[in-house]
Amino acid sequence: MIGSAVPRKEDAALLTGRGTFVDDIHRPGLLHMVYVHSTEAHALITGVDAEEARSLPGVVGVWTARDFAGLPPRPSVPGLERGYLAAGKVHYVGEPVAVVVAADRYAAADAARAVRVAYEPLPVMATVADALARDSVPIFAPLPGNLALEQQVTPDDVTADLEAAPHRLRARLVNQRCAGAPMEPYGVLADWTGAGPTVWATVQAPHRVRAEIAERFGLARHLVRVVAPDVGGAFGVKSSFMPELFLAPELSRRLGRPVKYVETRGEHMVHTYHGRDQLQDVEVGFDDEGRILALDVTLTVNIGGVPDPVGIGLATLTSYMLGGCYKIPKIAARYRSVVTNTTPTASYRGAGRPEASFLIERVVDLVARELGRDPADVRKANLIQPGEMPYQTPFEGIVYDEADYPAALDLLLDRLGYAGLREEQARRLADPRAPLLGVGLSTFVEMGGFGPTPLFEQFGYLGGWESANVRMQPDGSVIVLVGTAPHGQGHQTALAQIAADQLGVPFDAISVLYGDTAVVQEGTGTMGSRGMPVAGNAVRMAAVEVADKARRVAAHMLEADADDLVRIGDGFQVKGVPDATVTLAEVAERAFKPHLLPEGTALGLENTSYFEPKNLSYPSGAHGCVVEIDRDTGRVSILRYVCVDDCGTVINPMTARGQIHGGVAQGIAQALFEKVAFDAGGRPLTASLEDYMVPGALDLPPYETHHIETRSSFNPLGAKGLGEAGATAAPQAVVNAVVDALAHLGVRDVEMPCTPERVWKVMHDAS
Amino acid sequence: MRVEITVNGQAHSREIEPRLLLVHFLRDTLSLTGTHVGCDTSSCGACTVLLDGEAVKSCTVLAAQADGLAVTTVEGLAGEDGLSPVQEGFRQCHGLQCGFCTPGMVMAATALLAENPDPTEQEIRGGLKGNMCRCTGYQMIVESVQWAAANGGAK
Repeated sequence: MIGSAVPRKEDAALLTGRGTFVDDIHRPGLLHMVYVHSTEAHALITGVDAEEARSLPGVVGVWTARDFAGLPPRPSVPGLERGYLAAGKVHYVGEPVAVVVAADRYAAADAARAVRVAYEPLPVMATVADALARDSVPIFAPLPGNLALEQQVTPDDVTADLEAAPHRLRARLVNQRCAGAPMEPYGVLADWTGAGPTVWATVQAPHRVRAEIAERFGLARHLVRVVAPDVGGAFGVKSSFMPELFLAPELSRRLGRPVKYVETRGEHMVHTYHGRDQLQDVEVGFDDEGRILALDVTLTVNIGGVPDPVGIGLATLTSYMLGGCYKIPKIAARYRSVVTNTTPTASYRGAGRPEASFLIERVVDLVARELGRDPADVRKANLIQPGEMPYQTPFEGIVYDEADYPAALDLLLDRLGYAGLREEQARRLADPRAPLLGVGLSTFVEMGGFGPTPLFEQFGYLGGWESANVRMQPDGSVIVLVGTAPHGQGHQTALAQIAADQLGVPFDAISVLYGDTAVVQEGTGTMGSRGMPVAGNAVRMAAVEVADKARRVAAHMLEADADDLVRIGDGFQVKGVPDATVTLAEVAERAFKPHLLPEGTALGLENTSYFEPKNLSYPSGAHGCVVEIDRDTGRVSILRYVCVDDCGTVINPMTARGQIHGGVAQGIAQALFEKVAFDAGGRPLTASLEDYMVPGALDLPPYETHHIETRSSFNPLGAKGLGEAGATAAPQAVVNAVVDALAHLGVRDVEMPCTPERVWKVMHDAS
Repeated sequence: MRVEITVNGQAHSREIEPRLLLVHFLRDTLSLTGTHVGCDTSSCGACTVLLDGEAVKSCTVLAAQADGLAVTTVEGLAGEDGLSPVQEGFRQCHGLQCGFCTPGMVMAATALLAENPDPTEQEIRGGLKGNMCRCTGYQMIVESVQWAAANGGAK
């Protein structure tokens, strides 16, 4: 089954309106919780008047920070503990100041609007420049200033190497702030019955959420049940520990009734954490061929008003991936994480790695431009060769697995018809009526398959492994329980394909369950492209054990040696004896009959396995983009987008294609359309889908996808992960194409998003 | 106020608040939770239903405006003999990932094919421009609608 493009098991329910998303769940006596959000970017709270709100029909209560003073802080950066509601001070527009609970969502929204919060404004520092200025004031109280973290990632000083290089150049690149904007907003339903709560929530790691809830309420974990039902997209933004994950159970406990919170889209845009927002200062030294000799990078990350434990250190991952697919002997990297009066930032699809890929791919293009060489040639001069794999990067522990980067680039150039495109470009340049043509390349590598445990512990997880329980039912059908919690990736389908191959059970006879801590043994979750490289291997391990035992039981039934059995159709046969057969269903039933099994055989056909990856895996590839730019309006149109991806073993080519498409779409969106913006006073300018441009069907092109399948030796399946590759590869493929189209004007950079207004301005400033 | 609304062929008479949105009437009053809410500005289209055969965003229609009219939701598409061609197209061509935008997308595609049984790729993209999907990048949705057009259309 591995390698088959089977339609998904998930789809029947989702297509008929029978999916179960958090907001679809109803409990008797259900109450609705809404927030009162800060309308100020930086201010003291001088009073909260909830009298009118409390008097409105259906309102159960209004609570502020002091009402939750007894609850230990949310998962936080040690020493920078954060609570649930703003206490005495607000740090950004959208920060929750109070919660209202009412009998229905309309009454709750009315009441929230009736709560009057009095503010005494403080100076607003909405940018890192303002937050680091000499006259700035500290935003987040435990910090003496706004520099939350300064990290020297490598001890290397490359000053001498840069000075010795035949050529050097500097650049300042901006990787703007983006919103994850999954179509389903964040939601929580908590019902504290008996000794502890059941919490249905739009989360990516239910077991971790269970652990954090249990710890805050002083409960043993068995008393807390967390369920991630159908989750409508997440893209990393549903991995943050939002206050509602804890407030809803606490209010359910106090009120003795179930409490539901579902954010509106407007709330999502200011309240749920954003991603990216990195300023990149680069200096690069290189030789006449364009070979990069040394790279010096300073990253400045805007982490928003309240430091998030993931957001504060994400630039570590950016630093690790700065070398991209290239042999760069010396890299010096440091970063600063800066508090500002904006919504906090944390994970968003790729979480730190797209920023690195963007940086190095833009730098390679700048080097090519500086030397007057073709960007494809400069890439070839720098690429790590297949014979050099596994490749030890300049960063300890960061070792790339097997891949053929030059083959990916060659395939891309071939599919693009690269030489022909360059001719067409020249022809159009000569014709003032023809739109400009640009070609952009992106040879990329990123991290997938997160763990291993020593790495993932640093992000607060119990481990970096994943667990699977494979259990054959007495009729030969199979239930797989897995610790991931997908939200669109299709694990029911892909993991069943993996199990089917090991067990010899039909795909249709396997069900995969996940997302419920009361059902699944233990789990880490779905993030960091870890589904197939980690969970896939856990399922495989458990299935191998179950298949082995089934063979031993079959051998006993056939009075043969297990080694003499061969698999046939739906069962086993003794080699060379066509009559000596037994079906898997007969074997499965026999496994539950103690008196008919060899003495000492444990009952049942079941195994629980934990797969701990040896290392991260490194999905890679080469993407190319062809754009056309209207000379009058600056509008960028994508004519072609071509992907060559190497995610190792492809489990399901159809869902793999879907993952690439979706990631590329988000990458194109970052390049051309999306930017979370604030004005100088910290007021959000993109607080709705009217203002924040999530692209529609007319805004995005068709994608051409190709695969190179180089198995990773880091795990038995040979899979590398795929969920984040497209989002990592695409932004710079597009931007490189846009800059390429304008290069004849002397344009070196166009900041993302490359909107018509921005491109038009760059063209006019240049000419 | 009292409204009489036929949903998926079944007549409902209910006392409602005048400000109640059609999407909340469907989800909360009738427990038809297949229709989703993805935004508050009529941008995303997750709440798309058919109102007397025409695709509307049910987050922008008051239940009162649907009084006396017939609504079709995603729950009303599949028959006893299985998925509708549009639903089957989405399954065959992987036109959905997380499934949250899917009900609205399927309803919009159904309305599109009812009006234009043989749309070009560009007409499909144009017909779905009011529906956002964050997972698929749209191409496999376009292919799903093409599959449906070739295998039974809007029925």
